[in-house]
Amino acid sequence: MHYTVIFTLAWRNLWRNYRRTLIMLVAIVLGVWAMIFMTAMMRGMVDDVIESGIRNLPGHAQAFHPAFRDDPNIENSIAELNPQQIEQLNQPAILAWAMRLKVPAAISSEREVRGIQLFAVQPGKEAAIAFDTSQITAGRWLESEHDKGIIIGAKLAERLETRLGKRVVLMSQDVNNEIAERGFRIVGIYKSRDVALMEELSVYAGLATIQTLLKAHGAISQLALEGSDYRHSEPLMAALQQTDLATMDNVELRPWNEIDSYLGTMLGVMDGFVFIWILVIFLALSFGLVNTLVMAVFERVREIGLMQALGMQSRLILWQIVCEAFLLLLLGLLFGNVLALLSIIPFTSGIDISGVAQGMEMMGANSVLYPALYVKDLITANLVVIILGLLASLLPAWRAASYDPIVALNKT
Amino acid sequence: MTAISCKELCKTFHQGDASITGLDHVSINIESGEFVCLSGPSGSGKTTLLNAMGGLDTPDSGEITVGGKRVDTLSKAELAEMRLHNIGFVFQAYNLVPVLSASENIEFVMQVQGVAKKERAQRVLETLEEVALSGMGERLPSQLSGGQQQRVAVARAIACNPELVLADEPTANLDSKTADQLMELFQQLNQKREVTFVIATHDQRVMAHCKRLVRLEDGKIVSDELQ
Repeated sequence: MHYTVIFTLAWRNLWRNYRRTLIMLVAIVLGVWAMIFMTAMMRGMVDDVIESGIRNLPGHAQAFHPAFRDDPNIENSIAELNPQQIEQLNQPAILAWAMRLKVPAAISSEREVRGIQLFAVQPGKEAAIAFDTSQITAGRWLESEHDKGIIIGAKLAERLETRLGKRVVLMSQDVNNEIAERGFRIVGIYKSRDVALMEELSVYAGLATIQTLLKAHGAISQLALEGSDYRHSEPLMAALQQTDLATMDNVELRPWNEIDSYLGTMLGVMDGFVFIWILVIFLALSFGLVNTLVMAVFERVREIGLMQALGMQSRLILWQIVCEAFLLLLLGLLFGNVLALLSIIPFTSGIDISGVAQGMEMMGANSVLYPALYVKDLITANLVVIILGLLASLLPAWRAASYDPIVALNKT
Repeated sequence: MTAISCKELCKTFHQGDASITGLDHVSINIESGEFVCLSGPSGSGKTTLLNAMGGLDTPDSGEITVGGKRVDTLSKAELAEMRLHNIGFVFQAYNLVPVLSASENIEFVMQVQGVAKKERAQRVLETLEEVALSGMGERLPSQLSGGQQQRVAVARAIACNPELVLADEPTANLDSKTADQLMELFQQLNQKREVTFVIATHDQRVMAHCKRLVRLEDGKIVSDELQ
């Protein structure tokens, strides 16, 4: 029963000075919009950096030799998967996997020599987990593990002053620490959509071809695995624990965020940053909200005194002011959320930020920004506004509730 | 039965270094169903006494009993509860909630009391009729004249059947005709419902309507006589 009268009074008092209420409402709507829209933009940018990092890693988890991360050479390799181990990877949590050999090498054309990372890959599996074949701008992607050609980046081709169809020489160390070298024809040139530096450093060749060159038959550097969601690699890791790989002494299993701690930290930092961003906007809003309520209370001192004189308990007066703030916040949240969604939906196909994206590309971000609206961000923004807003309203509400009815009634 | 009993009430107000005596050892008994007028010049202590009886203000010393219950020892919340259930108030400046219609203003106290909706609606209709405002229930206070607003305030005061109605200068903002009509309404309610009325006023017209006239000066009762 009390709630009806409190709600009625709160709602009508809200529209008593409708201009002030509307101004505050606009401020809340814009604040909520900024919280949600800007968070979606930042999330989109960071997600892009992380996803690009994961593509280059590659995978959501990897198996490798325990010494490989410190010294990524051919000696620190693990054995190729046998048919039994391959069968063990046939689990719902493991969506894709690829074996690859990753060694430092030198590439030379007739004019230049450059240091590179040589990736010996299983073309089909690599394309599924890491290499986006649509990046090939000239020529073709590798056809098999035995392909005799190589794929290089456009930037590297420019540095080597070479082009598609030309032969280059790859040189690296074999398993016996002898120099191994061989001529390869450039069968494809790619232009990286992710980190620009990769285009200059990463060269792709067939796994079997390179194993033969380096006398590393049956050896791989990494087994890259992909799960359903990189944000939650736990199911993938749990599935891997059920395979023989988990019990092998010379095999280490790691999720992506432990392999690249910088990338892993970004995800956590972003969560914290979003929360701080939401809090900062709310802080600016709260001054307006408290001021509006203080003014509303100040204008109604006599009325509040009257209600107290008639027997309304102080706590009901307090709830009435809090209810007023709640209704104002609720309206602000409603319109703010709708406005934010309406501004995000048209951009789901991406916003071209190529004009300002040169710096971002260095970090691995795309020149097209895809806003990423997370339900948890939406919930955080709404909860922060409603909970902290109500807490902020307690101050004017408490002031109203603690008036002396006689003093309040005599206020002019 | 004694509706209000005050014994040796003292109240002093402080303004800077100055002390103003509001009540100076005031003792008075008011029986149930009485129609009492507290009169006296400004600053005589009539409003202070009325506020003390209504639990709006607490005396510095002395005892107040309303309906057999000690008031001066009650907490803020208990006083609010007592005012809600036992006392109806009519103030000088109409004092209606501007965002509520006449009906809703009358209903307000009953809503806070927790009276059921159906009963509230019934009582509002009856009370509006009693104060001759039938058909005006939906009007906001700003759409009513001063006299009509004061009638709504009276209706609010009596709608929840209080044992006691305290009115502080109820006619101060009314013209003489409306003031007379209001006093007649007070008398009718006093006779019909046997509600005790205590009215603080310095208006001679109001005093003329009261059966018992209590005069105060400088916080003391200087006369207490039946008319």
